[in-house]
Amino acid sequence: MALASVLQSESVDFSNYGRQRHGFASGLYEAELGLESVGGDRLSFALSTSCSNGDGPDRKIEFLHGTTTLAFKFQHGVIVAVDSRATAGSYIASQTVKKVIEINPYLLGTMAGGAADCSFWERLLARQCRVYELRNKERISVAAASKLLANMVYQYKGMGLSMGTMVCGWDKTGPGLYYVDSEGNRVCGDLFAVGSGSMYAYGIVDSGLKQKDLTVEEACDLGRRAIYQATYRDAYSGGQVNLYHVHSEGWTRVSQSDVLMLHQQYQAEKA
Amino acid sequence: FLLTAIMFAQVYGDNGKMKEYHYSGPVEHRFSPYSFNGGTVLAVAGEDFAIVASDTRLSEGYSIHSRDSPKCYKLTNTTVIGCSGFHGDCLTLTKIIDARLKMYKHSNNKSMTSGAIAAMLSTILYGRRFFPYYVYNIIGGLDEEGKGAVYSFDPVGSYQRDTYKAGGSASAMLQPLLDNQIGFKNMEGVQHLPLNQEKAVQLVKDVFISAAERDVYTGDALRICIVTKEGIKEETVPLRKD
Repeated sequence: MALASVLQSESVDFSNYGRQRHGFASGLYEAELGLESVGGDRLSFALSTSCSNGDGPDRKIEFLHGTTTLAFKFQHGVIVAVDSRATAGSYIASQTVKKVIEINPYLLGTMAGGAADCSFWERLLARQCRVYELRNKERISVAAASKLLANMVYQYKGMGLSMGTMVCGWDKTGPGLYYVDSEGNRVCGDLFAVGSGSMYAYGIVDSGLKQKDLTVEEACDLGRRAIYQATYRDAYSGGQVNLYHVHSEGWTRVSQSDVLMLHQQYQAEKA
Repeated sequence: FLLTAIMFAQVYGDNGKMKEYHYSGPVEHRFSPYSFNGGTVLAVAGEDFAIVASDTRLSEGYSIHSRDSPKCYKLTNTTVIGCSGFHGDCLTLTKIIDARLKMYKHSNNKSMTSGAIAAMLSTILYGRRFFPYYVYNIIGGLDEEGKGAVYSFDPVGSYQRDTYKAGGSASAMLQPLLDNQIGFKNMEGVQHLPLNQEKAVQLVKDVFISAAERDVYTGDALRICIVTKEGIKEETVPLRKD
């Protein structure tokens, strides 16, 4: 497997024990691992460690989840907007997580679901994209990059990976946007919102995109507003809004705005 | 008549309610490879220093195994790691990190930088994605420019660089206090003064004293490791032993 070849696998005896147990247990969670729950549901991984054994509190190993990420194509490229909150159960582990992973100067990947899963596999994707470039003497297309990622995680389907990511970039066919997840979905589209706050974000972007031909400024504002509204209503999203714009020259980091500041700004605008 | 009355009382207990214990059938006892040994770790990064502090209590369930089991481990001259969670995995993980550090030193003829150690730890942890190391890690040290750096991890390797972070059993109690005192969060119109070493050490001591008050798994003593370009200085401060 890709994982074993990249890393020197330190785990010895227990690994098979672990793998069998989780192979079965994660099947139970399969049903919940739909698009909706990729974001912030209480995905207590198959390792619901029953280390209670009668004494002390019941402890679960909690990994980082919960998010709102969105990306949409428009006339001048792709806008990618994300929040920055990471939760471990109901505890907010961090408000400053980088959920946009810069794969290379013209490809971006977003992070939703398990933080470690997303950052690890997208980092591996960056490596694969670089290898492709060296072998073929040309940049990899967004379609190919997303296919590489989808195929990598498909080998681990059913084992409990949680990853809902959007691969965004610009290649010789123009702007590209693909949604890839740990279930094996790989879908091309013009608009995606992923995570626990995605429904709220969809509402804003759908109504904003009705007016055709947005300028870059308007598109950025729309993305920012959508994430802000999602953080307003979704408990598992918050922190800051990170905004990126992908155009023919590559991607640019447009802004990082604290949600609290945005709130005051929008309130002032309403008045 | 009296006999049945006594039996009645035994079955129904004192307050007339049915007692809870009864045999319900065969019960499966599952072996758990993990146990929770408690402990809290904290790291703060300053302009030219970093502090990694941990309590020294090792517990399991309602018992205390040891009052002198610090959770900070020195990795290099400029990096200290704090590990809390399951003590068995903490020990193995630090052994593996030490081995990898040695291998790097022999292959590359230099010590690993804090950032490199953090990236390596992420892949080590993810290598056990399906049977994780039950450890909450925080690395504190100096980066290549000599500035303080703190890297915090989750059990499967997701990490990021922070200015300050608390991990372990009392983390939810400590983190908001640090957010307020170091990050100046939720305060308006305050001057953002940079943190100097003396103030940072005093803050860490105060914060742990508070944690020991309210978290059963934190207490006994506090071990502070201060990382500067001169080296690593250790300090031990007593905490509540109850």
